[in-house]
Amino acid sequence: MAAQLFRDGAFVADDWHHLGEDDPLPDSGAVILPLGRYLEVVATAPASLGLAVLLRAGDEPDALQPHLSQLGLIAVDFAKFSDGRGYSIARLLRQRHGFDGELRAVGDVLLDQIPLMRRCGFTAFEIVHAPTRRALEAGHDVEVPLYLQPAERAGERPAGARAWARRPAASRI
Amino acid sequence: MYRYDEFDTDFVSARVEQFTDQVRRRLAGDLDEDQFKPLRLMNGVYLQLHAYMLRVAIPYGTLNGAQMRKLAYVARTYDRGYGHFTTRQNIQFNWPRLKDIPAILEELAKVEMHAIQTSGNCIRNVTADHFSGAAADEILDPRPYAEILRQWSSLHPEFSFLPRKFKIAVTGAPHDRAAVQVHDIGLQAKRDANGNVGFAVFVGGGLGRTPMIARKVRDFLPEEELLAYCEAILRVYNRYGRRDNKYKARIKILVHETGVETLKADIEHAFEEIRHGVLRLPQDEIDRITDYFAAPAFAAGADADALDRATAADPALAAFVERNLQPHKAPGYASVTISLKPIGKAPGDATADQMDAVAALAERYGHDEIRVSHEQNLVLPHVRKADVPAVFEGLKDTGLAEANAGLVTDIIACPGMDFCALATARSIPVAQRISERFGTPDRQRDIGDLKIKISGCINACGHHHVGHIGILGVEKKGEEYYQITLGGSGDENSAIGEIIGRGFSYEEVVDAVETLVDTYIGLRDAPDEDFLAAYRRVGDAPFKEALYGTA
Ligand code: HEM
Ligand code: SF4
Repeated sequence: MAAQLFRDGAFVADDWHHLGEDDPLPDSGAVILPLGRYLEVVATAPASLGLAVLLRAGDEPDALQPHLSQLGLIAVDFAKFSDGRGYSIARLLRQRHGFDGELRAVGDVLLDQIPLMRRCGFTAFEIVHAPTRRALEAGHDVEVPLYLQPAERAGERPAGARAWARRPAASRI
Repeated sequence: MYRYDEFDTDFVSARVEQFTDQVRRRLAGDLDEDQFKPLRLMNGVYLQLHAYMLRVAIPYGTLNGAQMRKLAYVARTYDRGYGHFTTRQNIQFNWPRLKDIPAILEELAKVEMHAIQTSGNCIRNVTADHFSGAAADEILDPRPYAEILRQWSSLHPEFSFLPRKFKIAVTGAPHDRAAVQVHDIGLQAKRDANGNVGFAVFVGGGLGRTPMIARKVRDFLPEEELLAYCEAILRVYNRYGRRDNKYKARIKILVHETGVETLKADIEHAFEEIRHGVLRLPQDEIDRITDYFAAPAFAAGADADALDRATAADPALAAFVERNLQPHKAPGYASVTISLKPIGKAPGDATADQMDAVAALAERYGHDEIRVSHEQNLVLPHVRKADVPAVFEGLKDTGLAEANAGLVTDIIACPGMDFCALATARSIPVAQRISERFGTPDRQRDIGDLKIKISGCINACGHHHVGHIGILGVEKKGEEYYQITLGGSGDENSAIGEIIGRGFSYEEVVDAVETLVDTYIGLRDAPDEDFLAAYRRVGDAPFKEALYGTA
C-alpha cells in the first residue's frame, strides 16, 4: 500500500517522490534521494527540480552540513521500527546542525513510536501500516503527555519546578 | 525515600493507560506480536515457558512497608502466592494473566510503583548499593543520583529502541556492593579534595555470553554533568552499537571492537556539544531530590549493651548477628540482611505472607524502609541494635531467619529450566541441593564467605561469571551439564571466573562443589582467608588436581 503523509494532525497530499539509486532524475518536480545520490547530483541538478534527502539508519547526518541551508526536507528511514538509530539522527539534525525544515519519518512508522519521533524532532510521518493510519485518522492518541527529559520538539514547556521535566505544547499529535 | 509528586503520579497513570490501550490493540489485532513485543517488554511483560511474567521495578532497591504489602497483595491476588526477587533489584511475578496486567499496574501505581523499563532494549531500572544511606563505609548516598537517572531515562524518546538493553548501577562506597563494573554504565560516587561530588565512570561491563569488566572512561565526572555525559554515552551507543547480531549488541562489544580510547573520544565529542545545555544539573534540583533521601532521625536509645547480652544468651541469635548484620553509620544501629535463601528453597522467592511479615518488621523496627539486594536478599537498612533480637524473632516466625548472608548457601540462581524458555539446564534445583549439602550452621560458618552463582544458560542471569564458584548449566547430547568457573568477583576488584575444566552432570555437580570447598579448607592459610583470597593466592592447580587428578 502506498504511504500517506501525516503532518500537523492530518493526512495531507504529498508533492515529493522517493527515487531509488538508479531511477532517472526528472527535470522538474520534487524528489527525495538517498544520501549518496543526493551528494552526487546536488551541484548539477536542474534548478527547477526540488531536492530532498533520505538518510538511512547508518548514514552520517554530518555529510549534509554544507547543504543544510538549501534543504527544506530531510527524510529519515526506519527500515525496521525496532532500529532506533533514526531517533538520534533526528536529534543531531536539530541539535547539532540547527536544521529547522521538515523532518520526515519514513518506512516502518507505527502508532506507538510516533510520540517518540515527534519528541526527537520529526514533524511529518509517512504511514503505510493500516491500523496506524486508522488510529491517526480517528485522533487516537497513545502518548504519555508528561516528559521526564528535554528533547527537540518545538513548544514543549518546562513542567513546574523540575529542571528537565516537560509538558507538550498545547496541541497534541 | 523518594515520594511521587503530582507529575510522577500523572506520569505513571498515563503510562498505565497507554499500556492498557496497547494490550487492547494487541488483542484487537492492530498490533502483531512482533510489534507488541517491545511495547510489552518496555513494561516488564515477558513471555516465559509456561506463562507471562511481570517484572516490577524497585528503583535502586528501595521500598517501604506499604509497597511491600502491595507486592504481597499482587502475589496473593494475581499470582500463586509468591514473588521472586531478582539480581537487579526487581520483583518478578511468574504467573499473571495478560488480561490482569493492566489491573496489576493500576494497583502498583497506587503505591508509586510501576514496571516501566524493567525489560526491553532500553535503559533499565537503575540499581544501587542496597546499603545506601546506611553503610558505615559510605562516602555519599548514591540514590539521589539513581533517582535523577531514573527520571531522565523514563520513556526517553531517543533511547527506547537501543541495540540492546542498557543497565546502569551506582554506588557511593569504596566497597562496591552494586557490581558497577559489570554494568553498561557503572558509576562510583566520590568527593574530591574540595568536597565536590563526582563520579568515576565505567563503561562496557556485562555478563551474558561474552563477559567483560567495564573500562573506566572518567575518573571524576562532576555531578552537574552526569546526565549530559550519560546522554552522550547512550547516543554513541545508539548510533554505533551493533544491530546485526543480538549477541554482539551490548555496549561492551562496541567498547571491545572500537577500542576504549576511540570510543571515549566519540563520547567526549558528543558530550562537549551538550555539556552546557539544558541537561546540566542545577544544584537546587540535586538538593531537592537529595532531600527526599534524608536519613531518618536515628536515636539509638540508652541500652547500648542489650544486643550483646541477648547474643550471649542465644547462640542462634549470635550466629545471625555475626552473619546478617552490617555496620551502620549511625551509632547503635545496624543494617539487617534478611536471607531469601532458606536451606533447600528456591533463591529469591518470598511468599505473600513473608512479604507482609517483612513489611510489618520494617514499619515497627526499621524506619519503614526495606531494600532488595542484588544478591536476591532483602535488607532492613536501619535497625536499632537493641531491636535486633525482636527482628530475629519476627523473622524466625516467618521462616526467614537463616543466618547465612554471604555464606555458601547464600546462592544466586536464575530461574533456569523450571521457568525460563531459554534455559539449557536447571539451576534452582542445583542451588537447592548445594544448599542442603552445606546447610548445617557449623559447616557453613567454618567455610566462611563464599559466593556461588548459578545460571541455567549462557545468558548468565545468575551472574555465574562473577561467582567465586560459578556454575553454568549447558546441554550436551540431550543431558544437562554444568561447567564450573573459579575466581570470579563482582566488587571493586571485579574479575571474570576461569573455567576449571570439563563439566559435570546434574548428579555429579554438587560433589564437585564439595570437592572444591574441601580443597579450599585444606589449603587455606587461616580460617579468615576466604575462598576467593585463597584461590587468588594458590591459583587453580590444587583445585584441578582435586577435581580431575591432574595438575
Ligand atoms: C525467565 C525469564 C528470563 C529470561 C527470558 C531472561 C533472558 C535473558 C537474556 C536473553 C539475557 C542476555 C542478554 C544479553 O546478554 O544481552 C539475560 C541476561 C541477564 N538477566 Fe535474564 N532472563 C530471565 C530472567 C532473569 C532473572 C530472574 C534475573 C535475575 C535473577 C535476570 C537477570 C539477568 C542479568 C543480571 C543478566 C546479565 C546482564 C548482563 O549481561 O549484564 N534474568 N537475561
Ligand atoms: S540464564 Fe538463561 S536460563 Fe537462566 S534465566 Fe537467564 S536466560 Fe533463563
